[in-house]
Amino acid sequence: MIKNNILAFIFLIVISNISYSASVKSELSTKYKATSNINNKASLQRGAKHFVNYCSGCHSLKYMRMSTLAQDLGIEEAVFSKNLLFTDKKIGETMTIAMKESDAVTWFNAVPPDLSLTARSKGADYIYSKLNTYYEDDSTTTGYNNVALPNTSMPNILANLQGGQKLVLDSNNNPVSLEKISDGTYTEIEYKQLTNDITNFLVYVSEPAKLKRYSMGFWVLLFIFIFTIIAYYTKKEFWKDVH
Amino acid sequence: MSEKNQTTGVIGWVDERLPILSFVRNHLTHYYTPKNFNFWYFFGSLAFLILFLQIFTGIFLAMHYKPDAKLAFDSVEFIMRDVNLGWLIRYMHSTGASAFFVVVYLHMFRALMYGSFKKPRELIWLFGVFIYLALMAEAFMGYLLPWGQMSYWGAQVIINLFTTIPVIGPELGIWIRGDFAISDPTLTRFFALHIVAVPMVILLLVILHLSALHTVGSNNPDGVEIKKNKDENGIPLDGIPFHPYYTVKDFVGIGVFLFLFALVVFFVPEMGGYFLEHANFIPANPLVTPEHIAPVWYFTPFYSILRAIPDPAFGALAMAMSIVVLFFLPWIDRNPIKSIRYRSTLFKINLFVFVIGFLILGYLGVKAPNPLYNALALRFSEMYFIFFALLYFYSSTRNNLFSYVFSGVIIFLILIYDLLRISSDNYIMILTGLTLVITFVVFMTLSPLYSSLNKEKEVPDRVTE
Repeated sequence: MIKNNILAFIFLIVISNISYSASVKSELSTKYKATSNINNKASLQRGAKHFVNYCSGCHSLKYMRMSTLAQDLGIEEAVFSKNLLFTDKKIGETMTIAMKESDAVTWFNAVPPDLSLTARSKGADYIYSKLNTYYEDDSTTTGYNNVALPNTSMPNILANLQGGQKLVLDSNNNPVSLEKISDGTYTEIEYKQLTNDITNFLVYVSEPAKLKRYSMGFWVLLFIFIFTIIAYYTKKEFWKDVH
Repeated sequence: MSEKNQTTGVIGWVDERLPILSFVRNHLTHYYTPKNFNFWYFFGSLAFLILFLQIFTGIFLAMHYKPDAKLAFDSVEFIMRDVNLGWLIRYMHSTGASAFFVVVYLHMFRALMYGSFKKPRELIWLFGVFIYLALMAEAFMGYLLPWGQMSYWGAQVIINLFTTIPVIGPELGIWIRGDFAISDPTLTRFFALHIVAVPMVILLLVILHLSALHTVGSNNPDGVEIKKNKDENGIPLDGIPFHPYYTVKDFVGIGVFLFLFALVVFFVPEMGGYFLEHANFIPANPLVTPEHIAPVWYFTPFYSILRAIPDPAFGALAMAMSIVVLFFLPWIDRNPIKSIRYRSTLFKINLFVFVIGFLILGYLGVKAPNPLYNALALRFSEMYFIFFALLYFYSSTRNNLFSYVFSGVIIFLILIYDLLRISSDNYIMILTGLTLVITFVVFMTLSPLYSSLNKEKEVPDRVTE
């Protein structure tokens, strides 16, 4: 609760209203590709940690049950409660947030979306490029703009990790690339890893069953394959006398 | 079947009161089917299997689903995450819907190829088209239930079609929705229709479809009536009992089908956004229209026909006609030769072009419209109807006068529509499309007069191997 309020207070100072600069959604955002692998448990665990630290103040995962998360990521419930549960919630609950929608509208001029299904509706690459393509833009109230989601209401929350970026335009004013203009606390590689882990985590969250369905699918296919072979030879035997 | 039943015990006791044994005899062990069924004859039994799967998985989904605009989306995610194997049941149901249409389209294509709709099987075809229609209603209403953005806006598009009907349209729209916009009452009635009313209609129609089939017997790839050649016991010479021959054979088909089905269910349940659309993972929002509304793939050929004509009322009419025309197929194609094997080259070209055109219409239906796509959609919509006109044309040998008049009438109808809309911006596109369609029509109608392309082969008396 307190953590949420502090975060919100910081945003409140940064944001009073929103203004619109030219829309720059472009080819550039498609250059950022996430390398998601939900079988990489270490990556999912890091992603979960970063999500709770940086994102969960504003973004809920209202369909993600924490006990399922702990089990799927191989985190003991006691460890999970200690490290990833800051509020007075029970582990059997889902990852909702305390921020009221009306407050969110006051602070950000928008309600931060629930991210449970974003990886399925917009894709992993979208999340990854959203986190990587913030650039400095004085015409917006947050001081930052974004290539993947132009004129986003979301402040550049990871700015001090990534450092500052500047948008490079070609002669026709089309965005070509992002250029680093100041260093963050993370190196470029570390930051890519961080955002990739968060993306990977959200891919898992969008469909926890994905962890099970591949391995189960293999056995089901094997069973059907054997069934079909038996069916084929049975058919052959029965049809011997048909000419 | 007058032979006395000697069975004793429980089965004998039941059989004296309910004719289970004669039913098995009449419809399985002594039901004679042509021995030359090929690949295309698997899809009837597969459609039956999928119907069963859909009902079975649907029952379990209904246990956890909440038909309420506030709860529906959440309850689907609850099924996907918190219900034991709920994800599997849901993916089977959603994949099953698409699989149903794949199988039914192939089943209908088989009927077109081998003339299975022709005398004496007109009723089988009619019941079949009614099943197809009921299936479309079932799929459409089922798609609203997850209450995602595509559910909502897809339903919006389809229900708006009804509102284009003159005079009663707007009132009809309100009557269907139960509200001025799609909302909770729409969802609850679609739920009731989807899980009770339409499935019952489909089951009834399937019974009629199969009863009619078992009355006249199956057609086959040669289009020969096996009942015309019987041995001294009255058993068709080219017939074999459905059980065990086709039951064991169908199990092979079921195996192959289930393998492909499981491949999708477990590994690509979204099928790249064609079986489960990406935007449907966003809850329905009446205030935000998605950038691009595409129906699920199995409706897209008809959706293309709808969009091909800019005027909504005429577009809806064209789409309705494209389905209504199917009912008349047995009376459109009156050529006595059933199977494609003995029909002319022109018939084969016509069918081939129709299938390609139908697939292209399907492709265009998932794409956002642009001038080129719209032009293509219009031309292939015209080709869709020309297919049926040509089927009628090839019903018998036509003389010179008839051929010229027939081709003239088709060209005239196409020309009129193009003349009404031609302008300096679009004349190149119109003239190109027009030339292609006219060339096709002229070739298909006039070449029988000057070549042997419409020559048919002699149909054998017995089925070939």
